[in-house]
Amino acid sequence: MTKKITGDSIFKVVIAIIAASALVIFIANAYILTTGSSIVFSRFGLSFLSNTNWNPVEGRESFGVLPYVLGTLVTSGIALLIGVPLSLGIAIFLAEMSPRGVRVPLSYLVELLAAVPSVIYGLWGLFVLRFWMQDYIEIPLNKYLGWIPLFSGTPFGLDIFTAGVILSIMIIPTVASVSREVISAVPNSIREGAYSIGATKWEVIRHWVLSYGRSGIFGAIILGLGRAVGETMAVTMVIGNAIGPNAMPTSFFRPGQTLPSLIANGFIESPTPIEKSAYVGAALVLLLISIIINVLAYFMVTRVLKVKGGAVE
Amino acid sequence: MLSSYAFRKFKNKLFFFLCLICVVIAVVPLLSILFEVISRGASQLNLQFLTANALQGGIGPAIQGTLIMIGLTSLFGIPVGILSGVYLSEFGNNKYASGIRLVNNVLTQFPSIVIGITAFSLIVIYVTGSYSPLAGAVALSFILIPIVARTTEESLKLVPNSIREASLALGVHKWRTTLSVILPAAGSGLVTGTLIAVARIAGETAPLLFTILGNSFFFQGFNQPMDALPIRIFFDSRQPSAEIQAQAWGAALVLILIVLALNIGVRVASRGRFSR
Repeated sequence: MTKKITGDSIFKVVIAIIAASALVIFIANAYILTTGSSIVFSRFGLSFLSNTNWNPVEGRESFGVLPYVLGTLVTSGIALLIGVPLSLGIAIFLAEMSPRGVRVPLSYLVELLAAVPSVIYGLWGLFVLRFWMQDYIEIPLNKYLGWIPLFSGTPFGLDIFTAGVILSIMIIPTVASVSREVISAVPNSIREGAYSIGATKWEVIRHWVLSYGRSGIFGAIILGLGRAVGETMAVTMVIGNAIGPNAMPTSFFRPGQTLPSLIANGFIESPTPIEKSAYVGAALVLLLISIIINVLAYFMVTRVLKVKGGAVE
Repeated sequence: MLSSYAFRKFKNKLFFFLCLICVVIAVVPLLSILFEVISRGASQLNLQFLTANALQGGIGPAIQGTLIMIGLTSLFGIPVGILSGVYLSEFGNNKYASGIRLVNNVLTQFPSIVIGITAFSLIVIYVTGSYSPLAGAVALSFILIPIVARTTEESLKLVPNSIREASLALGVHKWRTTLSVILPAAGSGLVTGTLIAVARIAGETAPLLFTILGNSFFFQGFNQPMDALPIRIFFDSRQPSAEIQAQAWGAALVLILIVLALNIGVRVASRGRFSR
């Protein structure tokens, strides 16, 4: 049986091919990163992941990304610790508590945080936040809690802690707006049931709304984590850019390095093929971390928003 | 089991207050950023600063470069993004489309620095042979396409089915229906999504570091390095001289004005949608 070729079938095939651009972009990235990093992986194998050196001197080359993987995880961890409670507070306020009149302007302000380019966050971090951190937070913490290794070191303002704080600000719009959608997706019958047995507004939110939407909120947090892990410019400008074993995040108040900031600082200037390949390897590690995080988030968020679709229909 | 009513009411008030504090804490950095950028940047702004090249202490090449990047990326990325979104929305009821949807979602969260490395290795090495605006536009298109595809799909889904059916019932082909009925009906949604994506790429820095590199002079051709506001801000902020650091703030003010203008465009476009 032959199928007649019509305008419709041509149109469908053409835009299906255009839609494949996403696959092409994905495969191009995967291909470039795996072939580009093959030199460094074939030479160092998996020790690339556990080594702490970054020595490009010819004849004594030694590359490892452990300090930067840890730096990425520590700064993102700080970002979540500070940013998630704030974002949840904002989401709850905007979805459940705020008077109608201020809801729209306030949510616009929070969304504006997402519109500020990351290099401007970096500029502000470098010339403004850095001094706030140094004078009001790091010096007091170091003075009174300096005996804890985490708070030891010389508070200088350009360190892992400042990077974590600036990331926490940058993830707020992501986490707050997704959790707000999740909270709004909780069916009203749940709230009404809770009110009818005499719960206060806070109890309704705490025990019913948040527990009903918890997998969606978890997804929102993971999306925020994904943003923090991949963020480059703001971190590069405030983290102090340590390299090699010095970059191990042993204290909050020491210069560190994340995977993206490592690449941003060194990739262009790296002269030898093996060093370039080491940066590409670092990018591959970063990409894998980011993909795992985002696929996880995708399934958690879509699961909840499907519930929303069901409730609306 | 529950504590006294008065205490529960107090707790209710307390948490209302705490949530309000969270909002205030989040707004403080935003206001501080806007205040610093405006107060430190405004003193820089004058005709000489906006039009001279970097050696004469101006950001003319950076402004020009950013506009070229926005234009080229829109040219490459917007048609592809919109047609991808059309496919996902109008023909997207199959496994292939849900695969594309998942890949798109993963791509929107790709670390932009990784895309910079890919564009460097693909375009700078193999195609243009040097740092170039083309490589920058390819990198930014990689960021733009998934965002536009997703927002297009979402806004086409808002077009009521009755409009599709009315057009098909008149004997109009599906491709014609899609292009001349459904796309215009979703017009303001498309504009909104596209502007959001363009605003996002206008401020992107990391991929540009590896693709257009930066330049002190005005546009020199499609196979030469070019300047752009975000990388100008980044490089200037690392200079020890206070004068050059001040220029970074001036460039930041111009960049934030461009991004805000796009965001206000979004507000205007989406207001049109709700009033209809």
